[in-house]
Formats: sequence, structure tokens, C-alpha cells
Amino acid sequence: MDLFEYQGKEFFASYGMPVSAGEVAFTVPEAVAAAERLGAPVMVKAQVHTGGRGKAGGVKFAADIDAVREHAGNILGLDIKGHTVRRVWIEKASDIAEEYYASFTLDRSAKKHLGMLSVEGGVEIETVAETNPDAIAKIWIDPIDGLSEATCRDWVAAANLPDAAVEGAVDVLLKLYRAYSEGDADLVEINPLILTPEGSVHVLDAKVTLDGNSEFRHPGYSQYDSTQSRDEREEAAHAKGLQYVGLEGTVGVIANGAGLAMSTVDVVNQVGGSPANFLDIGGGANADVMAGALEVINNDPAVKAIFINIFGGITRGEEIAGGILEAMERVEIDSPIVIRLDGTNADEGRAILEPHLTDELMMQPTMLDAARRVVELAG
Amino acid sequence: MSIFVDENTKVVYQGLTGSQGSYYGRLNRDYGTQVVAGTHPTKAGTDVDGVPIFANVADAVQETGATASCIFIPAPGVRGAVLEAAQGGVEFIVAITEGVPAHDEIYFYNALKRDYPDVLLLGPNCPGIISPGKCNIGITAGHIAKPGGPVGIVSRSGTLTYQALYELKQKDVGVTTCVGIGGDPVPGTSFIDCLRAFQDDPETLAVMMIGEIGGSAEEEAAEFIKNHMTKPVAGYIAGVTAPPGKKMGHAGAIVSGGRGTAAAKIEALTDAGVRVGQNPTEAGELMADIVAGL
Repeated sequence: MDLFEYQGKEFFASYGMPVSAGEVAFTVPEAVAAAERLGAPVMVKAQVHTGGRGKAGGVKFAADIDAVREHAGNILGLDIKGHTVRRVWIEKASDIAEEYYASFTLDRSAKKHLGMLSVEGGVEIETVAETNPDAIAKIWIDPIDGLSEATCRDWVAAANLPDAAVEGAVDVLLKLYRAYSEGDADLVEINPLILTPEGSVHVLDAKVTLDGNSEFRHPGYSQYDSTQSRDEREEAAHAKGLQYVGLEGTVGVIANGAGLAMSTVDVVNQVGGSPANFLDIGGGANADVMAGALEVINNDPAVKAIFINIFGGITRGEEIAGGILEAMERVEIDSPIVIRLDGTNADEGRAILEPHLTDELMMQPTMLDAARRVVELAG
Repeated sequence: MSIFVDENTKVVYQGLTGSQGSYYGRLNRDYGTQVVAGTHPTKAGTDVDGVPIFANVADAVQETGATASCIFIPAPGVRGAVLEAAQGGVEFIVAITEGVPAHDEIYFYNALKRDYPDVLLLGPNCPGIISPGKCNIGITAGHIAKPGGPVGIVSRSGTLTYQALYELKQKDVGVTTCVGIGGDPVPGTSFIDCLRAFQDDPETLAVMMIGEIGGSAEEEAAEFIKNHMTKPVAGYIAGVTAPPGKKMGHAGAIVSGGRGTAAAKIEALTDAGVRVGQNPTEAGELMADIVAGL
């Protein structure tokens, strides 16, 4: 789950890291009131789950309250890479002497934690990696050992941070690692981490992705569930506990298993169609789950035809066929459905579906045939 | 022959008393797997359908000679269960459970490498492993696999693994072992671990590899195939059209920062001499074609 900057800063602050005072605002009057409490000058920052806010005009310096009013008015409602800005973060402005970059993430290849630190902060780390890779000091951390202060000092030295920043950086990085590991984060990133003219090291931005699988030991993380960026369809599917990703096309896709669902989306594309979604209903494919899935797909106005692609493993073909028929009785479907049912007892399952086949409910023997038919129907 | 498990493998099920564990434990036993024990901290001395329950894996190993463990414990308990199994003395651990935190996975991955380097962990979030006709540990439907070889299968996805087994059976092609390594970011067993074992297994003559978007495991496997494998490989990668930044069902299936795309994986595999199908059926056909030419 992705955190907004302000949530990330609260998360960091709970581990004792130095962040600026600020308030979140949903309207211009709220933004103005927040700025009055904090005292100008302030920064007005769009809160969206995407990068490149600055370039898009989503981060502005406001010297006085009038400027806050103007900037908040412009930023609220702004579209940044498809994300509409619904809230802004009003924060005490900081004087900046230097900007650095710091992050921890999981290196899937090395199977260790990866720390990255650079004196070239304030720009995207991918850009630094391309233009000046030597400016990034990397360390790989064994999760059993963790990050010791001695290692952290060596790392800061390797990154060539100036003497004035060393103590502050070591302190922030040790806390950042704690936040990352104890907080079960997939990613913690500070860009920029700044050195102020007075010589203190300060967190100026926060990008945090938490592992949703760890919620059982962090019950507080459920608060972030409502601020994830999901479209209406994804929200409805999420409420039903379905693995759903909204896409732009016209073919509704239902499949069992993440791999098969991905594969189904691919095949629809390969035969010239465009999938409206990815939807994995898991192994069982029973009537309840199927009905929920059909409801979500059916409520998507873009869907012109539906592809149900099920491979029976432990769950037998006749159970799956029964589930589909039962689900269709419960949900009024507006689009034609093409089913491909294969695997365990596929023949028995198909025999159950056979008498119910119409112009609105069709069956095809293979995934490719079914994809072609459904794409044809979707126009 | 087969890799990792065969008719001599004796399995203890951690979580055999639970609904998933007892359901699949019975199915595995019906298939012919030696299901010798289950564990539960407070139910030692009882049994599930005649299979004795012990307090922990160490006791089960001592009393039954179990060589492998299969974990059906809910996600919060998986870290403890994996370490208990390794400590208990099994040589192979299959963790079926999905939803295990990534920090737990990376922790026990490194703990095993350090303290129990000879123990192999498969999963978590995987369908398990089947050596058709000999041993089936996990949630694969045994009858969709034809025993005997000559193909070895390794896959990150459950249903696509079943699909592959089924396609090969339809074409009358047998399988030595089929390994589902799972869709999480830090799988205990990698593609390379399986490819190396298949390369060394005299009865496996060709390998089918099914990958998906996210991470770089397929690229690393391609490098291994290029440099170390003499046996032919057919492959398939799911998620060619997946949008960046979205997790496609599996925790590990995500294209982020332009990395982990299917295109890059297909290119690396093709470059390593792997015949890559455009869809699972085509990959099955390519595999059958390779087998026909052996």
C-alpha cells in the first residue's frame, strides 16, 4: 500500500525522524487556515500516488497567505499523470543548503535489503543511476544482521556526504532502516534529504510503500486502505476481496489464478482485442466468488463482452459449471459471455453448460478460440 | 528419476489439523505420497485420518523419519514454521501459504542459507511440487500429470503450471517433476535451482519454464541456461500487456520503474536459445515438438 507524502512523514516521525510541521488540507479555506496556524512562508504540495509532482506544477512555495490561497486553488483538482489531486500538504518552508537522496528497498535478485544514498538528491534516482551511477553509494544488508552504526558510518563516508551532514545523516539513516524493517515497508525513500544552512539534516519528502501482507502485526495500517488510489471498479472489487486491476478496454476478463488471468489479458490483446480488466478469482471458482466477479465486471460500462477462462485443478469441471450457472442466476448480465472451461472433468462441466448455451452464453474449446470469439463480440 | 522428491520422500504436514492442511494432506496421501505425520503444538498424540500428530517437526522427524515438510500454517506463523522445520531436521520444506510478509520471507531465506545451507525451501505462495506417479506435495491435482518424463517443469504461477501439465498430458508427454516456485518476491527456490537439478537429472531430457512479469529471475535463469544447460528449454512469460506499477495478483508480479517487463524476459530467454511461446498452448506445442525430436 502506497502512502501519501504526509502519511509517510507521520510514519517517519513515529520513528523519531526530523520532519517539518505541516497539515493536510482538502479545500482552499482549509489550506489557508493551516498556513495561518503554521505561519508563512509555507510549501503547498499536491498529495498523489505518483512522482513528478514538481514538474506538473503540484509543488509551490507560498511567501504569504494570498499565495497559499492561489496555489492551493490551482493544485486542488489538478491532474498529475492521471491522478486527480484531492488533498494538499501545507508545510513550513525550509531553507536548503544541499539535497541528498536516501532509500531502502528489497533487492529481489540479491535477496538482501538494499540501501541507496547519494549526494545528488532532488532529482529522480533513476536519472542519477543513468547519468552518474558513481554518485550512488549502495549497501546490501543481511536482514539477520540489520544495519549497525559502524556500517552506516562507512556508508555515509562512501557517499561523500560533507562533514557537516555526517552525524545528522547517520542518525536519520539508522532510524529510516528501523522504520523500513520494523514497519514492514517495501520501500522507504527520502528525496530530498536536506542539509539546512544551520547544519541540521532534515526529511523534506517521504515516499513509503508498506507491505499489505504485514497488516496482522500492524493493525494501524488499515487506515491507509481508504487512501489507496483505486478507480471505482477497483474499489468495488476490493470490497469483495477480489484481485482486480482496471484496464482501458472492452473485454471483461475473469480467470482463476494470477498467472492464468495475466495470460488471458495477454491473449485478448494478441487477437486484437482490449481487456477491460485483470481479475483473478482464485483456485476454487465457486458460485459466490463468480457472482461477485460478474457483478463487478457487469457494472463497468465499458465492457461489451465477457471472457470467463477457468482451468479446473482440484476443483472439478462440474462444480465450476454449476458455480457459473448459479452466479448467472443471481446477477443480471448485460453483455454476452464466452466460457472456456478446461482441466479436471472439463467434459462433465461442459455437458452441464451445454443446455444453457445461447447467443448470450457461449463456449469455446480453447483459450485462443474463446479469445477470438469474445473480441469479435466486443466489436 | 525426479528432482527434490520421489517415492521415498516422507512428509510431515505443519497445519495438518487445519481445514486446508487436512484437505490437501488427504489428497496428497490418496495420490500415493508418504504422509507420515502432522504437527500441532497442543494436539500431540491425536491423529488426522490415522496420520499421527506431533508437537513439533523435530518430534515428527525422530518418530517417523520424515524427510520433508509441507506448511499449511496461516501467514503470521509461517516464519516460525519454516525455522522449526529446518531446525527439526527435514531437508526439504514446501510452504504453500500465501500472504507472508516480504520481510519474513527475506529473513528466513537468509537464516536458512546461513544456518541450514543444505535445507531447500520451496515457496511460500506456491502450489507445491509433484513428481508424477511418485509424490505430490501441495495443491496440484495429481491426475492432470502424466508420469515418466522426459519433461521437467518449473513455474512461478499455479494455474499456468496445471495448464502446462495438462497440455503435455493431452499430447501424451510425461513429466519427471513439476516445481511451482511461487509468485512472491523472495522465493526460497529459484528457477536456477530447478534448472540446475533438471540438467543433472538423467531422466529429464527437456525443460519447460513458465515465468511472469516482475523482478529479474527469468533474466538470471536465461543467463544460466545460456552458460550451463545442454538440455532444450521451452518457455512462456505471462503479463506481456500488464500495465506498469500494478500488482497482477501475485505480490511479485509487478513492472516497476521500467524493470521486470515481459518483453525483456522474452528477449533474454530467446537469446539463450529458449523457444518461447506466445501463449500457454503454444508453449505446450513447442515443448511437444522438442520432445518429438529428442
